[in-house]
Amino acid sequence: MPGINVDNEISIVLSGEAGQGIQTVEIILTHILKNSGFHVFATKEYMSRVRGGSNSTEIRVSSARVDSYTDRIDLLVALDPDITRLSGRIGKDTLVVGDASKIGKGYNIVDTVFEKLAEPLGSAVYSNIIAVGALLALFGIGTTPLEEYIRKRFGAKSEDILDKNFQAAKIGNTLGTKWRGEGTVGIGFSPRDGLADEILVSGAEAVGLGALAGGCNFVSSYPMSPGSSVLHVLASLSNDFPLIVEQAEDEIAAINMGIGAWYAGARAMVTTSGGGFALMSEGVSLAGMVESPMVIHIGQRPGPATGLPTRTEQGDLDLAMFAGHGDFARAIYAPGSLADAYSLAALAFDTADKYQIPVFILTDQYFLDSYYNIKPFDPKTGMTEPYLEKTDEDYKRYRLTPGGISPRGIPGYGDGFVRADSDEHDEEGRITESAEVRRKMVEKRHARLGPLSENAIPPELIGPSGYETLIVGWGSTRNIVRETLEKLARPKLAFAHFKQVCPLPPSALDILERAKKLILVENNAAGQFGALLRRNHGIEFDHKILQSDGFPFSPENLAVRLEEIIGKGGGK
Amino acid sequence: MNPYDLPGIDIAWCPGCGNFSILKTVKDTLAGLDIPQNQVVYVSGIGQAAKIPQYVNASYFNGLHGRALPVATAIKMSNPGLTVIAEGGDGDMYGEGGNHFIHTIRRNPDIAHFVHNNMVYGLTKGQASPTTPVGMKTPVQINGVTNEPFNPIAVALALDAPFIARAYSADIAQLKDILRQAILFKGYALVDILHPCVTFNKLNTYQWYKENTYYLDSSHDPSDRQKAFGIAVAGGKLALGVIYRHEGKPTLTDNLHVYRETRDPLYLRKPDRKKLGEIIRSKSE
Repeated sequence: MPGINVDNEISIVLSGEAGQGIQTVEIILTHILKNSGFHVFATKEYMSRVRGGSNSTEIRVSSARVDSYTDRIDLLVALDPDITRLSGRIGKDTLVVGDASKIGKGYNIVDTVFEKLAEPLGSAVYSNIIAVGALLALFGIGTTPLEEYIRKRFGAKSEDILDKNFQAAKIGNTLGTKWRGEGTVGIGFSPRDGLADEILVSGAEAVGLGALAGGCNFVSSYPMSPGSSVLHVLASLSNDFPLIVEQAEDEIAAINMGIGAWYAGARAMVTTSGGGFALMSEGVSLAGMVESPMVIHIGQRPGPATGLPTRTEQGDLDLAMFAGHGDFARAIYAPGSLADAYSLAALAFDTADKYQIPVFILTDQYFLDSYYNIKPFDPKTGMTEPYLEKTDEDYKRYRLTPGGISPRGIPGYGDGFVRADSDEHDEEGRITESAEVRRKMVEKRHARLGPLSENAIPPELIGPSGYETLIVGWGSTRNIVRETLEKLARPKLAFAHFKQVCPLPPSALDILERAKKLILVENNAAGQFGALLRRNHGIEFDHKILQSDGFPFSPENLAVRLEEIIGKGGGK
Repeated sequence: MNPYDLPGIDIAWCPGCGNFSILKTVKDTLAGLDIPQNQVVYVSGIGQAAKIPQYVNASYFNGLHGRALPVATAIKMSNPGLTVIAEGGDGDMYGEGGNHFIHTIRRNPDIAHFVHNNMVYGLTKGQASPTTPVGMKTPVQINGVTNEPFNPIAVALALDAPFIARAYSADIAQLKDILRQAILFKGYALVDILHPCVTFNKLNTYQWYKENTYYLDSSHDPSDRQKAFGIAVAGGKLALGVIYRHEGKPTLTDNLHVYRETRDPLYLRKPDRKKLGEIIRSKSE
């Protein structure tokens, strides 16, 4: 009988067709494991279809914190016997649990037909709970936590269904206990205390909760994967918070609604993906001209056009950077961790309000669909007062001020009138074609670039401060690059992670200029951030590691590509 | 003096344009209503008609071509106490903003929607608008318009817009009465305002409107949707007046959870930190 032993961490992959319930397995497993004292990370990849196809979820269970995708599969639970799509990730040490008669030769298979095990229960739907019971048993976890969890989550179902689920849990437990006893799967690490209070949230939840912390009370969007995951998160909380969630007829309406909401005193955001955001360009420009705050979340996916709807890429930085006709200021945040996503989403509202500009949060499918346990977010984050002024009769919306930012009034709050105009306008907001006023207004809108840049978030330096070679990346690659760095353990190799990609603080350049060699890592084809650094700051990269196949980097493939540049083993 | 007047402004319309009488009537209508002036918000897009907020002493959001309705809707959603008027031309509201026109009616925000319909593009110099009659020659449609003209009344009826009226810019008294009803109506209120373009539309002139319109009389029952449809699609003379009223339809803000317990606008709401903390902690379970 084949078997595996793991010392510190195990990477479990569940694969199945859409509709087979692997997501249920993922949710139950990660929550119970976390609450039992194991660090967990989960991410999923799926095809753009509602039923069938081939999807998989990776769950890493570890004795130390784990927050990145890995290619490696230690244990593959094949609820669907077609695993050929994963064959590139199945190594000689991978143990496959599944129907040996259908999976085919060449794998280390523990012959298990979950559907057959579910036969006594009268339906194949219980297969996934059997799998959960078996997997939990590998970690020495019995049926009680599973029964409690099932009761809590599916409590509304009939007693008969609950009872069948409990029986499924027992069948699974018996199987997993046997594997554990016989050494089929040997988990060489134990649970630890102190994780029960940690939270398990996805990137989408972190963005949504951060937006609420930032005072978001209005979200208008048109559904598009993966950006709509944030819309779902906010909608699910819209009966608990003063929060309006409006599904717009199109993205054009969505962003115009958002700007209208800000004008009337709300704190609004839109959430979309690259293709949807393309339609919002005119709204970004409108925000620039009327000096409206606006928060725009873009969950990136591979383009052009419809591209790969359910896959990941960092291909929309250029789009976010340059969308909208005319010259005006903007800020772009790119969270690399769940903590980043929460704090930057909150900060986006403050920055938008303070500087009266559009602010972007750039994530991607991988980031939004991944989750791991972390310390709870601080609900006091982002607790700033809105920058609103009560107007008087002499109020001028675009009053010229030294810093270029005019106190923002809203209609109905005070005696003044609030006039916003997409045409070039004078201080009162009335149409003008005066070249003198135009010059002053252009200067006014640009004056905020200085403070915006000075207050920008500097890149996070990960690795030795005495580096010679510096990896540069942004957004969702953070944890993958960090794990790669730990794996390579080179004393002169570090990573600069940019959480804000526009504008850059002056200190960012010092960090780059200290390096003897610069390596760009981006999950896109053209190296968009690298091009931006060259265009705006004259930074040249010695090497570029790019990937645009719809999947995230992995510590394994990134290590190989880095070693091609810096050489194998030891040294620098 | 009307408090909505703005003295000494330079108006960009052509002499004789129907927009002048609409502007004056709108201001007179507002002045006659018991609404605090600082609670009135004008929203417009781009076009000759969409310049109207520039000439009214009130708050306004003069946004992008075609986009007045989403902005107006969001303003009303964010602060239900405001009186929101979306105003612009036929190209702005029925062409570029056509999709928003449809879906705004479906949402039923409590806003007044005034469309200056002169059946031609003015600001861009004389091209066909969605409502230009078949056959009219323009610099672009050089052999005459062939597209079926957009029928805003019939479209609004199909979507059960709860207040639908058509007015004519030169009949000040009737226009004022219709605008007044529209502003006071609780729900989405469309007023399609016919008016001549003295520069680019040589077909639909003052004389043409005089000969090709009639007022609905007291025998018309505006609650009868089927009859209203008949009026909307009838050939020949165009009916003027309130064509359809559907009283008591819940408005967008009536349906929003956020206004169940209080009508306070969003700017007075604070993030509920305690609740946020509870939600965050619940993610540990």
